[in-house]
Amino acid sequence: MAEFSLPANSVVKQGTVFKAEEGVKNIKRFIIYRYDPGSGENPRTDTYEVDMDTCGPMVLDGLLKIKDQMDSSLSLRRSCREGICGSCSMNIDGANTLACTKAISDIKGDVKVYPLPHQPVVKDLVSDLTNFYAQYASVEPWMKTDSATPPDRERLQSKEDREKLDGLYECILCACCSTSCPSYWWNSDRYLGPAALLNAYRWIVDTRDEATGDRLDDLEDPFKLYRCHTIMNCAKVCPKGLNPAKAIAETKKLLVQRKM
Amino acid sequence: MNTSSRHPTSPHLQIYRLPLTALLSVTHRATGVFLAIGSLLLIWVLAALAEGPEAYAQMQPLLQSWIGQLALLGITFSLYFHFCNGIRHLFWDVGMGFELETVDRTAKIVVVVSILLTAATWIIAMGVE
Repeated sequence: MAEFSLPANSVVKQGTVFKAEEGVKNIKRFIIYRYDPGSGENPRTDTYEVDMDTCGPMVLDGLLKIKDQMDSSLSLRRSCREGICGSCSMNIDGANTLACTKAISDIKGDVKVYPLPHQPVVKDLVSDLTNFYAQYASVEPWMKTDSATPPDRERLQSKEDREKLDGLYECILCACCSTSCPSYWWNSDRYLGPAALLNAYRWIVDTRDEATGDRLDDLEDPFKLYRCHTIMNCAKVCPKGLNPAKAIAETKKLLVQRKM
Repeated sequence: MNTSSRHPTSPHLQIYRLPLTALLSVTHRATGVFLAIGSLLLIWVLAALAEGPEAYAQMQPLLQSWIGQLALLGITFSLYFHFCNGIRHLFWDVGMGFELETVDRTAKIVVVVSILLTAATWIIAMGVE
């Protein structure tokens, strides 16, 4: 059952304000969700006044500046800083995105930063994605075949068949889409969510894969697939410009077509 | 997951800026529920009609009251909204109209058309009286 409010231990309190140094003129306020598992206290939001004259252009630059110069206790995941690893996914200015590809100048007013929505929080902006990864694994995202591999060459695919994978294989598993989806918020124990379903479809339409029927059987379930109500939050936030809602609709179509 | 009882849950509805498409999805669900409840009212009106002029006249004060009128207005809008957005869902069911520009455009069309149809229906209904 959907719970629209936060449990008692998750209600966010007001935290500390970290003032900018004297004489700093170009200030942008970062309001950041903080949770310290060791403190036994509820999460809070701390406010940091960041000097934009000495800060890089992206939200990730701001967060790392805060961590380096204002408050080293801030925890976040990041790696590539160029939108390919998917580590720094978080909720910025009310929508999920990658901190490294989101420009600070695109945000009007304060920069509000929260972890990915409706997930267990490990610390600060680091959420526990165990369930998300388990769901990805459950769609068995690898090529399954019964036929023997040709002895003298790879399993070949025509250009047209390869093009069917465009818009699917680019997924970086950042979880922006799944954690933006209200259906996923209320039913993540049984609904696979947009990311896992997009990846399931990526193998369903791969002409080299020979387990298409089994894959469709596995998804034919009131919850795993059919909790998608085309809310479209997934496609709106995908930092790679992919469209999981479309992939889910195509999967639903295949399930109908094979009955006819 | 049993970790969720120990770890806090990150904010969701509290902080998410729902896009227009998501707001329409919620409205579709809400109008559907309202139509189901509203149909009971309409059945009641029909039953009174079938029973005869006295029974129908008896329920007029309620239907003519502001709350009755508001309920009827709500049913009218819910019907048109649910119908128009239902057509949008039919296109999605055949895999059409998923582009980001298209979902925003069709969302706005649904809102405008359902308001226009509601207004037209009420203007005609007022004219008949």
